[in-house]
Amino acid sequence: MKHIFKIISLLAAISAFWVGLLQASIIPRTHTWLLPIYLVVSLGCYGLLMVGVGLMQFPTCPQEAVLLQQDIAEAKGFLKDKGVDVGSD
Amino acid sequence: MSKEERKNEGKNQYSIIIPTYNERLNIALIVYLIFKHLRDVDFEIIVVDDGSPDGTQDIVKQLQQVYGEDRVVGTAYIHGLKHASGNFVVIMDADLSHHPKYLPSFIKKQLETGASIVTGTRYVKGGGVHGWNLMRKLTSRGANVLAHTFLWPGVSDLTGSFRLYKKSVLEDIITSVVSKGYVFQMEMIVRASRKGYRIEEVPITFVDRVFGSSKLGGSEIVEYLKGLAYLLVTT
Repeated sequence: MKHIFKIISLLAAISAFWVGLLQASIIPRTHTWLLPIYLVVSLGCYGLLMVGVGLMQFPTCPQEAVLLQQDIAEAKGFLKDKGVDVGSD
Repeated sequence: MSKEERKNEGKNQYSIIIPTYNERLNIALIVYLIFKHLRDVDFEIIVVDDGSPDGTQDIVKQLQQVYGEDRVVGTAYIHGLKHASGNFVVIMDADLSHHPKYLPSFIKKQLETGASIVTGTRYVKGGGVHGWNLMRKLTSRGANVLAHTFLWPGVSDLTGSFRLYKKSVLEDIITSVVSKGYVFQMEMIVRASRKGYRIEEVPITFVDRVFGSSKLGGSEIVEYLKGLAYLLVTT
């Protein structure tokens, strides 16, 4: 099944549930009408939270830059001896 | 390594495809590093260069003298992977942001799991990025969260381009991919995921040496969102 259909089915299920809540009046009507807005806002907040957490935990590797420079020097040394032009960039 | 892995490893050949544009120095360095890190592996390096003005192709010829014309191949265009004789294909960047030292871990992961695709991820523990400022990290993380929310891709790094593919799998997916640039990378992995191919990840580190070049301006963001919408609807 195409992914978009999965998403549409999920939205349809949520909508059906919401309509059911409206008709059943378990929760006061005024609250029920606002539920979709609450859902969207919650999702938005969750998304922002995920971005923030991910940003804080963003893995960095400054030591890799140093290692890379060493690799480059090693490579240049070897290749120069073998006649490969490593002078320019 | 298990007996099964050893048996399988003996018959595998890895074609390492490196697209280049003006990578005169980097291509020599990366070829050296690949040979350094893949000593007991049957591989070939295919440099795809569309006539770079800086003479990258001349350097490739010099490298062929050092390493052999059967190990280092230069071609002007990829032309349906015809030049690749291996049963596995690795695609990586030439600018050393993808370090060849991770190639053994890609190969090992594939042998252990039998995966169709092994993709490098910068976003997990053991991986990482160097050379990105806060803004760049923010957009990267934001893009990632967005893509995960809508696409449920099954991999942690969607736009990464350091990957090992079974050649048959690559040929199967690439025919249905129409995007370019980094959306191409996303489309490849999402389509593979939808088709049920097994995808594994290995942590990689990514050192961005291209300082100052703003690869993420407004137009890139728009392009990304359009790509995401396209993938949402068509995969």
